[in-house]
Order: sequence, then C-alpha cells, then structure tokens
Amino acid sequence: MLRLLSFTLFLAIWWGAALLAGAQKLPPPADVLAAMVTEASSGALFFNLGVTLARVTLAFTLAMTLGTAIGYLMGRVRLADRVGDPWLILLLNLPALVVIVLAYIWAGLTEVAAIAAIAINKLPTAVVTVREGARALDASLDEMATVFAIPRWRAFRHVILPQLAPYIAAAARSGLSLVWKIVLVAELLGRPNGVGFEVGVAFQLFDIPRLLAYSLSFVAVVLAIETFLVQPFETRLSRWRPRAA
Amino acid sequence: MQLEVEIARKTFTNAAGEQHDAIAGLSFTLGAGEVGVFVGPSGCGKSTMLKIIAGLDHDYQGRVALPPDARTSMVFQEPRLLPWRSVEENVRLVAPHADEARLSALFKTLELTAHRSHFPGELSLGLARRVALARALAIEPDFLILDEPLASLDVALAARLRDQIATLVDGRPVTTLLATHDIEDAVRLGDRLFLLSPRPAHVVAVMPIVTPRRTRGVAEISEIKAELARLSLANM
Repeated sequence: MLRLLSFTLFLAIWWGAALLAGAQKLPPPADVLAAMVTEASSGALFFNLGVTLARVTLAFTLAMTLGTAIGYLMGRVRLADRVGDPWLILLLNLPALVVIVLAYIWAGLTEVAAIAAIAINKLPTAVVTVREGARALDASLDEMATVFAIPRWRAFRHVILPQLAPYIAAAARSGLSLVWKIVLVAELLGRPNGVGFEVGVAFQLFDIPRLLAYSLSFVAVVLAIETFLVQPFETRLSRWRPRAA
Repeated sequence: MQLEVEIARKTFTNAAGEQHDAIAGLSFTLGAGEVGVFVGPSGCGKSTMLKIIAGLDHDYQGRVALPPDARTSMVFQEPRLLPWRSVEENVRLVAPHADEARLSALFKTLELTAHRSHFPGELSLGLARRVALARALAIEPDFLILDEPLASLDVALAARLRDQIATLVDGRPVTTLLATHDIEDAVRLGDRLFLLSPRPAHVVAVMPIVTPRRTRGVAEISEIKAELARLSLANM
C-alpha cells in the first residue's frame, strides 16, 4: 500500500516536471505509455527486452559463479589472496567501457565478446563481497565439522554455504543492477538488438518517449525479478533467524 | 578403545612474541569404556589439551594414540550448533545413517522430543547443550570428549543433565574424556579422576573411584570430595 502511494507520488512529480519543462524535453507519463504500447504491439519491445534479459542472465550467472568460487578461495587460502589481490584491484579499477571496447576489438562484434566483457565487469565486485564472507566464516563450526568427520561436500553445503549466503545475496543484488546497466553500454556499442541498441537509436532521433519506454520497461522487469525471485529467496534463507518483535 | 596421551610440550606465542607453555609433560592412559575426568582450575589448559586429543591442533610435541578407525565425537564448551538448521537436522548432519527409533530414544532421554523442529536460536542454553550432547551421541562414538558440558547452567539444571549423561554413558560403554572445573561433575561421573596443575598443565594426581556411578551414596560422594580436596591442596 505504502509502495503504491510512493509510486503515485513519483508519477505526480514526473507529470509536474513535464509540464514545467515542456513535452519536448521531458514527455509526460501518458506519452511514454503510448510509445510503450506502440513498441509492444509491433512485438519489438518484447523481443528487445528478451534479448537484453538473456544477456543479463548469462553474464550475471557467469560472473556470480566464477566470482563466488574465486572469492571463497581468496578468503580461505592466504596464498590465493596474496596472488589474486593485485589482479582484483586492476579489474576493479578498469572502466567498463575499456573492457567492452577491448573485447569487441579482440573478439569481434560478437555475442561471446559482449557477454564476456559484461561478466568481467561484474566479476571483481562479486569476488570482493564473497571474500569478505569467507574471511568471516566461523572457525568454531569448522572445528565441529572436523571432529565429527563430516565429508567435505556435506560440510560445504550445510556449514559453509549458509554462512556465505547473505554475502552472495548482497553480491547478487548489487550485481543485477550493475550488470543490466553495463549490458546497455555493450549493446549500444556493438549489438544489433536489445534495449541498449534501441536506446542508441532513440538518442540519434531525439525520440525521448521511446528512450524512456524502453528503459522503464526494463526497470519493471528488474523490479519483478527482485520482488518475485531475490526477496523470496532471501526470506527463505533467513527463516532461521529469530524475528524481531 | 584405549587412549594413550603424551603431550611433552605445547607452547603459545602471544602478541608480544613471548612464548608461554600451556602444557608440559602431561601423560595418561584411558582404558576402553572408562570415563576419565580431568579436574583443574579454569584456564589451566584443559581445553587446549582436549583440542590436541580431538585432532584439531597438530602443533605440539608428543603423541596421541587412538585406534585409527575410532569414531570420535565431542561436546564443546559452547554448543556449536548450526543456527540455520533445526535441532533434528543438526543431529542428522553428523549422523546421516542413524535410524529413527534410536534417534527418538535419544531425544526422549534428553527431553528434546518437543524441540526437534526448533532452530537453535529459539533454545535456552540448557537445551542447546542437550542438543550438542544428542549430536555427540547420535553417531554412536567409540570415543567421546566433553569439554565443560555443564558450565554456566544453574545447579538444578546441571544436576539433571549430569544424570542424563550418566544414563547415556552407562547405556552404551564409550571411552569418555570429560574436562571440568566442577568437583560435583567429577565425583558423580568419573571412573577415574585426573587432577591437573595450574599452567603449564600436567597430571599431579590420579584417583580411581571403584564404586559404579549409579550406586554412589551421599556419604561416599562427600568422602571422595574430601579426598580430592586433600589431594589438590597437597599438590598446589
């Protein structure tokens, strides 16, 4: 209810700003909705959203899987941490744009290059977050697992993973928004479809309603993922925590 | 299942780089099915000793001999349960092959039946201790280590849990090593008492108790306590 009210307030402010700035600069919500309907009826909206979503999913999964594995290793093994740390700092500070451009130059304007470039951008932040989690693992529970000779994989699943879960969830949450922003840049620079490509076209035509129609549609998709996937998952993971009164 | 322990020396280095001996020249043997109780002042190195015997600390001089196929289990000073698993899942994690009938009996003895699906965060310390005990016994260990299993419980609760431990170790003979600073635990549970010195820890006196746990009367228990007090005074 409160969320709905907050959303209505947002629309009202948008409307007011559109009236002040003029439809040329900021089209009112109705114009954007009309552009959305046009794109949706031709099927282009759904196709481009789908393509972008597929790239987001692939790059996100790749970055999270690799990032979690590397982060865990670096948090647990001192040598890995010392060897990997300079690489991590390098990757963290490499601008997304540079990675994308280099990937396109080296591997051509291909799907593989785009997805690899996006994953490389997300990877270091996932590593850093999960590494913090691995460093904070409870040594007394490790001792328990050792004394009872719990097999390695079982111990990882039941003792280690639940401790890492909040860190992985945090990395996933910040990762989702980061990845989708970078996907747009990659699409703008070297893909013939997707939300980023459409935004690029709209930019060249100064077609602001279309630009907003595409970006807001994708925000809605991310919001849906957050509400129906990430949040229920987190609730399930934290059901053992005593609820605050 | 005989246990032989000889710890010649265990040192810790503090933050300033100075070395301190925690254990020096500690040795003893524990016979199969025997309950050995280690009594000593807090901080004398009992937990350090238990960690070495449990195989958690390999950085010491000496040796610990246990049959290679011995199943070891331990009740730590803190319960060390997984907060994200229910009571039953915590027990089943270490004992995946335990059958339902035996687990039910174990939960019943420890009065945990009503708490099987609770999470550790919902339990009192006394209950969590009992879950840790249930977990340790669920694997039917050959060798059981108990590190102050009754510490910081109130007197009545400690007495009840002590009785439950006695029932369980009598039910299925298991070589047991119990460390405590409480004389009461020692005289009611032990077959043999080992008196430890202050740091660096070593055994200063060994005192066997011939009467079985179940049949020790009030008079006898106070007699053993007096004897123990005399021994510890003589060795301080």
